[in-house]
Amino acid sequence: MNEIASPAWPWYVAGPIVGLMVPLALLIGNRRWGVSSSLRHLCAMASPIKPAFLRYNWRSEAWSLFFVAGAVMGGFIGAHVIPNAPVPDVAPRTVAAIQSLGFESPRGLVPAEAFSFSQLATVRGFMMIVVGGFLVGFGTRYANGCTSGHSITGLALRELPSLVATIAFFIGGLIMTHVVFEWIF
Amino acid sequence: MIKNVMFLLIGIVFGVTLYKAEIISWYRIQEMFRFHAFHMYGVLGSAVAVAMISVAILSRSARREGAAIARRPFQHGVWIGGLIFGMGWALTGACPGPLWVHVGAGTEVMLIAIASALVGVLAYSFIDPKLPH
Repeated sequence: MNEIASPAWPWYVAGPIVGLMVPLALLIGNRRWGVSSSLRHLCAMASPIKPAFLRYNWRSEAWSLFFVAGAVMGGFIGAHVIPNAPVPDVAPRTVAAIQSLGFESPRGLVPAEAFSFSQLATVRGFMMIVVGGFLVGFGTRYANGCTSGHSITGLALRELPSLVATIAFFIGGLIMTHVVFEWIF
Repeated sequence: MIKNVMFLLIGIVFGVTLYKAEIISWYRIQEMFRFHAFHMYGVLGSAVAVAMISVAILSRSARREGAAIARRPFQHGVWIGGLIFGMGWALTGACPGPLWVHVGAGTEVMLIAIASALVGVLAYSFIDPKLPH
């Protein structure tokens, strides 16, 4: 295992690679690229009780599950073959803001003082992991897409609903960061 | 099957990229929602630009591709669900793609967030007929 950190990729490398997922999904299988539908297919596959929303042939959407399986493998390869520096280069103003909320100085990908199994029983850990995850699942289904399906694929196809969705994603995130965080942490 | 393998391969590229550019970092999402760094805006903006240009080229060279993309209709869920998802995005610091990449990158507790997201999908599927659309 290579433990020597390599520099993080800049936005102008990462953004275009992510953007290429849209034409690649079209070329490979004529699919509209999006990630959150994988959660729906897993529910359709595994749920013992199926409301109408989950009654469809998830097997014909298997590509989505292969894609997220690849994403998990990609995360593993990145972290083990070309790991990032243990201390991320976070904007000083952001560091100050999260420290004033009781978080420690940035280390790794997530604040370990909230994102660990031992923190699940604390208000902060429960909110960030369990409540946050629930809102991501519920919200993306209600909105019919997430950052990939709406903010990248939808905007690239110049669809108005995706612009509305993207603005709503940001308003929701701004409310959480600037109002709810101050209140619950 | 070969198509599924190709989707797996582009998923790997996607996962490595999200890890290496720290797009899965909770701290980068905080920077974004506090407007303290350009990084995430650069990622999203250049992704949209590249996707838009490639789709335009594809639909010109092979018309069937462009025509086959199902247009999404407007419904109120787009903004109500969008607000709900945005709040979850700021809490977890991860949208659905990064949730999966985290599992591979070693943030095992994100499996709980994924399980919770599946419960969220299930809850949605039960009350879907009663929600405004």
